[in-house]
Amino acid sequence: MPHSRLTGSRIRERRLVLGQKQAALAKDVGISAAYLNLIEHNRRRVGDSLLEALAKALKTDPAVLAEGAEAALLGALSEADKRLPQAQAELDRSEDFAGRFPGWASLVMAQNQRIQELEQMVEALSDRLTHDPELAASLHEVISAVTAIRSTAAILSGGGEVDQEWQDRFLRNMRDEGMRLSSAAQGLVEFLDAGSSEEAVPIGPSEELATFLDGNAHYFPNLECPSAWKANARDQAIATIIAESAALTSREAQDMARQFLIQYVRDAEAMPMQAFQTARSALGWDPAALAREFRQSLPSVMRRIAFLPAGSDGTVAGLISCDGAGALVLRKAVPGFALPRFGAACPYWPLFQALAQPERPMRAVVRQPGGARRRHVCQAISVQQEAPSFDRPPVYEAYMLIRELDDALDGEAMSHATPIEVGSTCRVCPRTDCAARREATILSAG
Amino acid sequence: MTRQVLVIEDEPNIAEAISFILSRDGWSVSTHASGTTAVQAVRDAKPDVLILDVMLPGKSGYDILQDLRSADDTRALPVLMLTARGQKTDRELAERLGVNRFMTKPFSNSEMLTNLRELVGG
Repeated sequence: MPHSRLTGSRIRERRLVLGQKQAALAKDVGISAAYLNLIEHNRRRVGDSLLEALAKALKTDPAVLAEGAEAALLGALSEADKRLPQAQAELDRSEDFAGRFPGWASLVMAQNQRIQELEQMVEALSDRLTHDPELAASLHEVISAVTAIRSTAAILSGGGEVDQEWQDRFLRNMRDEGMRLSSAAQGLVEFLDAGSSEEAVPIGPSEELATFLDGNAHYFPNLECPSAWKANARDQAIATIIAESAALTSREAQDMARQFLIQYVRDAEAMPMQAFQTARSALGWDPAALAREFRQSLPSVMRRIAFLPAGSDGTVAGLISCDGAGALVLRKAVPGFALPRFGAACPYWPLFQALAQPERPMRAVVRQPGGARRRHVCQAISVQQEAPSFDRPPVYEAYMLIRELDDALDGEAMSHATPIEVGSTCRVCPRTDCAARREATILSAG
Repeated sequence: MTRQVLVIEDEPNIAEAISFILSRDGWSVSTHASGTTAVQAVRDAKPDVLILDVMLPGKSGYDILQDLRSADDTRALPVLMLTARGQKTDRELAERLGVNRFMTKPFSNSEMLTNLRELVGG
């Protein structure tokens, strides 16, 4: 039977659709979980007899796994079902559905993706309305102008005595406030127009920095040759990256980017890419082992893991850091784990548990509501931001590395751990039984 | 006896309109535009009632109200708060801090007058 190079991906997709553990499937077909992991990441070719065994265990036809034109559709149908389980879609007949009605199945997939995009947009707009300082200032300007006009107009039209000098003065005030109202309203319209465009407009230096980092996937190949730095070459390389970025428009954002890139270079110097990637493959993505190997702090290793390109097995990691007040200062997303664009995150994230227990590494399996309900491994640590001082209290920061749970990589204990149910941020979290809820959700309960 | 009112409001045209309305009603009106020096302005003016804006340069109306309520000489001063933010949480915060009346902008001139008269006992 001809196999495409994505046969392994289809096996993984099908297994996830059925909710089977990798280790359990491997045992069923008589191979090791590590070997199945290699197959699923398309790093080992699967023979015909093993393919048949896998297909049987996965209750499907070997041809579906080998050719699998519908694999993406099946995954998407499963995701759509998890988003709206009360619809009680016949999940066990999704292959039949995708095979017989591929057009309709594609429509379900497209609509599911659109719903996800719209939820993210609602979250961004909602947070924008709640927290945006520019919007608050514009509205305050409008209300102040309206208040002055209303009170002044009531004086002039109210029938009481107003001498000529006051009348002239009030008319002048009303004219000025009218101009101000017009200008404020125009600014408000421009702001809302910008907000409704598909591409989010960065608000403030932090968002400029986030746009810059996301645009580069947090990876800067031109800074990966620390041994070649001469004199001011490092600073020049950083300055060039900043100057060439369209996202970094404000001086503050450029300064923040410079600080980020200086730290990036320090990490790159301490853990050169080639050596780090080799160690990462050998040590199985364990930040503590990598920290020992390179004699670096856990936050440095976490940054390096998250910022280097995906490993040869396709695993990618995200990273979040927060300051001592819990404000998110760095966020590199990972598929399937939603991060708030603004405002506060879910207090159940291990990141915040770590903040409460400085210097104690924490690891947990978590799961967010909606979407594919993927399980993620979070590893977090809180450290002191600067050297201890007798002059001021310590200030802590916390880091959390996030990556999708991999049964083979993470072992039986993690694989069977009951995931901690976490959200992204209250506004878009549908969980109603949450003791940590700060505010009502904007998602409908149904 | 003429009743004294101090208006702490940084918007000059709103302050001017309020001053005119109150003066015409027989009040002695003084105005102040800074949040930072507002508490001292209250002590200097010794008004019978205070009109206090929330968003002020240097210090918010909430902080000023808190300072007034924690000092013996200003604790009992009747305060009418004006704000562009009329959400329930804003009103609740003001009430927790000890405000006597709470009005959202834009306000009705007659309603403001009624509130002030009630605060000083008619």
